[in-house]
Amino acid sequence: MKILVTVKRIPDPDESLKFADGGVDYSSSKWVPNAFDEYAVETALRLAEVAGSKDRLAEVIVMSVCPQGQRQHVTQFLAMGAERGVVVDADDSTLDSIAISKLIAEVARREEVDLVVAGKLSQDNEGNQIPQRVGGLLNWPQACFAAEVRRDKDARELTVSREVDDGVEIKKIPLPAVLSVDLRVVLPTSVSNGVTAADHRYQEGARLASLRGITMAKRKKVQVFTPDDLGVQNSGSETTRAINPPPARPSGQMVASAEELVEKLKTEAKVL
Amino acid sequence: MSNVLVVLEFSDGTLKSSCLPGITCAKQIADANGGELHFLVLAADPAASAEAVASAGFGASTVHTMANPAFEPFTAEAWADGIVAAVRATNPAVVGGTASSSLRDALPRAAALLDAALTSEVTAVGAEAVLTRPISAGRALLDQASSGAVSFFTARGSEFPPAEAGGAAAAVAALPPADASTRGVTVVDVQKTQSSRPALSEAEVVVSGGRGMREGENFKMLEELTDLLGGALGASRAATDAGMVPADLQVGQTGKIVAPNLYIAVAISGAIQHLAGMKGSKTIVAVNKDEEAPIFQVADYGLVGKWEDELPKILELVKAAKAG
Repeated sequence: MKILVTVKRIPDPDESLKFADGGVDYSSSKWVPNAFDEYAVETALRLAEVAGSKDRLAEVIVMSVCPQGQRQHVTQFLAMGAERGVVVDADDSTLDSIAISKLIAEVARREEVDLVVAGKLSQDNEGNQIPQRVGGLLNWPQACFAAEVRRDKDARELTVSREVDDGVEIKKIPLPAVLSVDLRVVLPTSVSNGVTAADHRYQEGARLASLRGITMAKRKKVQVFTPDDLGVQNSGSETTRAINPPPARPSGQMVASAEELVEKLKTEAKVL
Repeated sequence: MSNVLVVLEFSDGTLKSSCLPGITCAKQIADANGGELHFLVLAADPAASAEAVASAGFGASTVHTMANPAFEPFTAEAWADGIVAAVRATNPAVVGGTASSSLRDALPRAAALLDAALTSEVTAVGAEAVLTRPISAGRALLDQASSGAVSFFTARGSEFPPAEAGGAAAAVAALPPADASTRGVTVVDVQKTQSSRPALSEAEVVVSGGRGMREGENFKMLEELTDLLGGALGASRAATDAGMVPADLQVGQTGKIVAPNLYIAVAISGAIQHLAGMKGSKTIVAVNKDEEAPIFQVADYGLVGKWEDELPKILELVKAAKAG
């Protein structure tokens, strides 16, 4: 089995934004991996590995659309345990979601992968649409916002618990398929592959790279394409007109006691 | 043609109230474009649902229906097929609806099949139908223009008032049947959250607890306040991750986005990701023992103190206020 995981670098979400000329100036930003992509890689690794053994049930490939010289996040995911990388050398900020989805779908086709795993959204752009688009372009089934993923030994299908508005939906999808993951997918027993012992508990969250992983990552293969190599042009049908700060909330007041609070809620805000 | 097509969702034949803000957003786009408002009903047997919506009007001119057993239960795969077929048959300029978990699943897939742009979680409609959406956990607003024969949107439910029934009845028109396939998927089960309280995203009052509540048992006092105010219970990610309350109570960038009349945050420090989910609320109250907590920067009323001391007092005072 082959698993393709899509990953992205984002400006550090804990840094404040610098607004300039109707946009945001990211020139001095620190770049970090998108947290949901860390969960996606963790999901793929849990599906691929047999905990406590060196056996692997799948090859994990990480893919990113980014300038070739700025792929530290790809190296980081290789250090976490992915086998190899694919980089599409382009300034991703100039490509719209239509083009990015086509690049991912084309790599999935060429690599003949069985599963695409993606984070449910990127913390910067918050589009929440790439995995769904890739599912459509490949004509594969999709399971979005996954909180739990189960595979029986050698099965050609996954059972996915998805977080939906009124609860949890359990969906069985045949492979090949597209999966987008929500944050609860990295709880200790959220992913099982039918081979790792059923009572195995992973450490919560995405794993950290080991020292050995970091050394190995430098030797792992990263294949580089351009959008032209993959036959994809930017569509130009999404245009950003401006990016502005949200209107500031009028500043509030501190109250000295529960009595004052409830009194003000009653007489001033009139919400009680 | 610059019509706007809204994809509707039903529960047991009744229009889901979550669809109503999406209709309002669509109407604003239609008005900005000078087009008509159209609805789409996808179901095994859509006639009765469509008639009910058509007679309620909502400012729509036509309710299109497409019948196919593959549309129930909902799957993104079959619905995307149905939406694509409906777009080809009716040629709208814009297609969308409320950003529910179903439409966030199906609409991008349909957009990809039509090579069309999609603007997610729209919060405002501007001139020339430029759509505004929040990015970076609500710290910035992006104005997006879309070109192409058709474009898609999802509307953030908390940002548009619910559409009101009324006006002339719409016509009902059955679309020719089209292929729609679930691609071999099966929906095994939907485990609905059982609650006697209103849904988080629709409640007038939301009371949320954070990491500082320490354990699930302590949420009982928050639940008491919640029920006293007839609201919904929420939580920060720290509280849901720690297992104090179920995950679907999470308010924030990665949970539910809420904008009630009154939001009460107790023992929540106010991480950016949490603020992204609640800062549209009309009145925000924060109770936290740390006077430096970022939650106080968005609060209309801030009270520095331990919840153990303040909550019992607040409960008694609210009870008295309600009685008086």
